[in-house]
Amino acid sequence: MTAAPAPLLAARGLSVRYRDAQALASLDLTVTASEVVGLIGPDGAGKTSALRVLAGLMEANGGQVTAFGEPVWQRRRVLHHRLGYLAQRFALYGDLTVDENVQFFALLYGVRRWREKRDELLHRVGLAPFRRRLAEHLSGGMKQKLALACTLIHDPEVLILDEPTTGVDPVTRRELWRLLGELVAEGLALLVATPYLDEAARCSRVLLLYAGRVLAEGHPAALAKLLPGRVVRVEGGERAAVAAALAGRPAIRDVAVFGAAVHARLETTAADAAAEVAAALAAAGLHGLEVREIAPSLEDTFLYLTARRTGAPSPEAA
Amino acid sequence: MMRRTLAVAVKEVLQLRRDWRTALALVGMPVVLLLIYGFALSFDVRHVRLAVVDADGSRAAREVERAFVHSGYFDLVHRGEDSRIVDSLLDSGRAQAALVIPAGHAAALAASRPSAVQLVLDGSDAQTAATVLAYARQIVAAVSPPPRRPPSAGSAAARPLVWYNPDLASSRFLVPGLVAFILMVTTVIATALAVVREKERGSWESLRATPLGALELLAGKTLPYLVLAAAAAAGALLLAHVLFQVPLRGSPLWLALVTLLFLLGGLGWGVFLSTLADTQQVAFQAALFTTMLPTLLLSGFIFPISSMPPLIQAITHLVPARYFLIALRGIVLKGTGPEVWGADMIGLAVFAVAVLALATVRTVRSL
Repeated sequence: MTAAPAPLLAARGLSVRYRDAQALASLDLTVTASEVVGLIGPDGAGKTSALRVLAGLMEANGGQVTAFGEPVWQRRRVLHHRLGYLAQRFALYGDLTVDENVQFFALLYGVRRWREKRDELLHRVGLAPFRRRLAEHLSGGMKQKLALACTLIHDPEVLILDEPTTGVDPVTRRELWRLLGELVAEGLALLVATPYLDEAARCSRVLLLYAGRVLAEGHPAALAKLLPGRVVRVEGGERAAVAAALAGRPAIRDVAVFGAAVHARLETTAADAAAEVAAALAAAGLHGLEVREIAPSLEDTFLYLTARRTGAPSPEAA
Repeated sequence: MMRRTLAVAVKEVLQLRRDWRTALALVGMPVVLLLIYGFALSFDVRHVRLAVVDADGSRAAREVERAFVHSGYFDLVHRGEDSRIVDSLLDSGRAQAALVIPAGHAAALAASRPSAVQLVLDGSDAQTAATVLAYARQIVAAVSPPPRRPPSAGSAAARPLVWYNPDLASSRFLVPGLVAFILMVTTVIATALAVVREKERGSWESLRATPLGALELLAGKTLPYLVLAAAAAAGALLLAHVLFQVPLRGSPLWLALVTLLFLLGGLGWGVFLSTLADTQQVAFQAALFTTMLPTLLLSGFIFPISSMPPLIQAITHLVPARYFLIALRGIVLKGTGPEVWGADMIGLAVFAVAVLALATVRTVRSL
C-alpha cells in the first residue's frame, strides 16, 4: 500500500463518559473517501455515542476527533455543512409537510437552488407522491426516507447513520440500502451503526464494538475468518436438547443457538468436524438431524468474541 | 446569521399556521381576559347596603337620610326607629352600614348645638369600609349647615384637587395594570414551550447536526411570537381606551416602543425558562409561577411599591411589569415623556437583553 489517503473522519483514543458509566474507552476509527464503515455491537456498546461525537453533536471526554482534518467539536458549525447525520429516532417536524421539512433544512444550510434539489431528492427516495402530506402521517419507512432526504439536501461528503433501518419493514430496508449503495457509488462515504449483521456484510470495513471497546476491525469476510476452529451447523430437533448433547464433548469448544439451528465450534485439529458432532448427537440418542460444516459467519465471530470478553462459557448456550 | 434566523422563523410560522388555535388564543386571549376582568376589577364602591335608624323622625333627620340615599353609593335595605336591630342587620350581612340619627337631632340643630350622627360599619372588609367612611364624611359635611364661627385666623385648610383622574375612577389606574398583567402571562407562556418542545419531540437532535447557532435559533423562534404579542397588545390597549375610558394623553410612538420592549422581555423570559426545563409541562408551570403572582403583587399593579418593606421593594426591580406600569401610566394618564420614565424604559430594555442573553448562553451549551 502506498501513502494512505487522508481520512475524512478520524478518531484517536476517543472516550465518552456519562455520569454513571463509561460509554466509550479509547476508540480509534477512520473513514476515508468512498468507504462504508460499519459499527456493529449490541445495544449499549457505545455506537450512538461514537457517532454523535463524530457528527459534532456532543463533545468527547477524551481523545482527538477530526473531520476533514479539523477538530469536530470546535469547528462544528462549519463542518456541519460537509457532514450529514441521521439520528436513530425520527427527529423531524410531524406538523410540517414532507416539502416543508426538506425546505427548512435547505434554508438552514443555505442550499442554492434548493427547490430543484428538493424535487430531485424526494423523487429519488420515492416520496414525490407524498410531498404535501404531514410528516406525522407517514409510515415508519417513509419517515426514514424523508429524514434521509433532509440529511442529504446539502450534499454532505460523509453521511453518518445511526441504525437507519431499525423498525423499518424489510422492503424499505432493501430500498434504503440500494439508495445508500447508489450514493456510495457517486462518492459519498458512510459511517453506519447497525445491530443487523447482514447489513454489516455490505460494509467495506466493520468495527465490532462491545462495552465501549473495539473487539475486532476489518473487512467483514476477513473478520469471519478470525474465528479459531471450524463451525458445524445442526438443524432440526429440539434446540435445547441438541445444545445439551454437544456441550459436554471435549472436542467442542462452544455451542450457540442461531435462530432455528445450533452452531458448534470445534478445534481446527479435528479431523472431521461434522462426524464428530454427529457422533455426539448419536450418543445422546438424537437422530435424523441435518449436520454440516459451514464457513464461519460474522455472527459466529461476533458471538465468540463477545463471549470471550465477558468470560461467559457461551452466549445463548442452553 | 439572518438567513438561518429567517429559516427558523418561517418554520415557526408554518407550525403556528397549522396550530392556528394556539395562534388565535395568543392574540385573542388578552382581549377576552381584559373584557372579563376589566369589569370585575374595581375599587369603586357602589350599592352599599345601608340601614337607617331614625330615632328623631324630624325633617332634618330625613334630610340626612335623603342625602345618603341620593348620593348614589347606597341602597336602602332597612328603615326603622329602633337602633337595637343594627346588631342583627350587620351580623347577618343584610346591611354593610347603618346610619343612626339620635333623638333630639333637630332640636340640637335648632339650638345651634352640634349633633353627632352615628355610622356603624362592617369593618370585616376594611377596604370597602374605609371607602364608605370617606363617602359618609363628605355627605354629612354637605348637609351640615356651615359653622357659624369663622375659622380662627391663621389656621390651615387642605383643599384637595385631583389631577389626571379627577373623579378618582379606579379603572383608569387598574386597567393599565391589568393589561400589563395579561400581556406578561401570555407572552411568557407563548415562548416557554418553544425550545423544550423541540427537545421533547427529538427534533433538537436534527438541529444540532446543522450549522444553526443558538442566537439564530432563539431569534427565529421569538420573532413570530413578537408579532403575535404586538397584535394582542394593540388589541388590549385599544379595548382599554374604548371600553374602560383609559385615555391616551402621551405619544403613541413612545407607547408602542415601551410596549414592544416589555413584550420582548416577556418572550425572552419564556425562552429562558424553556431552555431550563426538561418537559413542556415543567416549562408551563414555571411560566405561570414566575409571572402571575409577581406581576400581580410586586409590580405596583394593585399595591403601591413605596409602602412595601425595603427587601420586597428591592425584589420588585426584577419584575419587568414594574417598569412597564410606570411608563404606561405615565404615557396614557399623564401624557409624560421619556424625561419622566426614561429610566424605566431602560429597565425594560436591560431585562429583555439580559434574559435573552441568559437563554442564549444556556442554548450554546446544549445546541
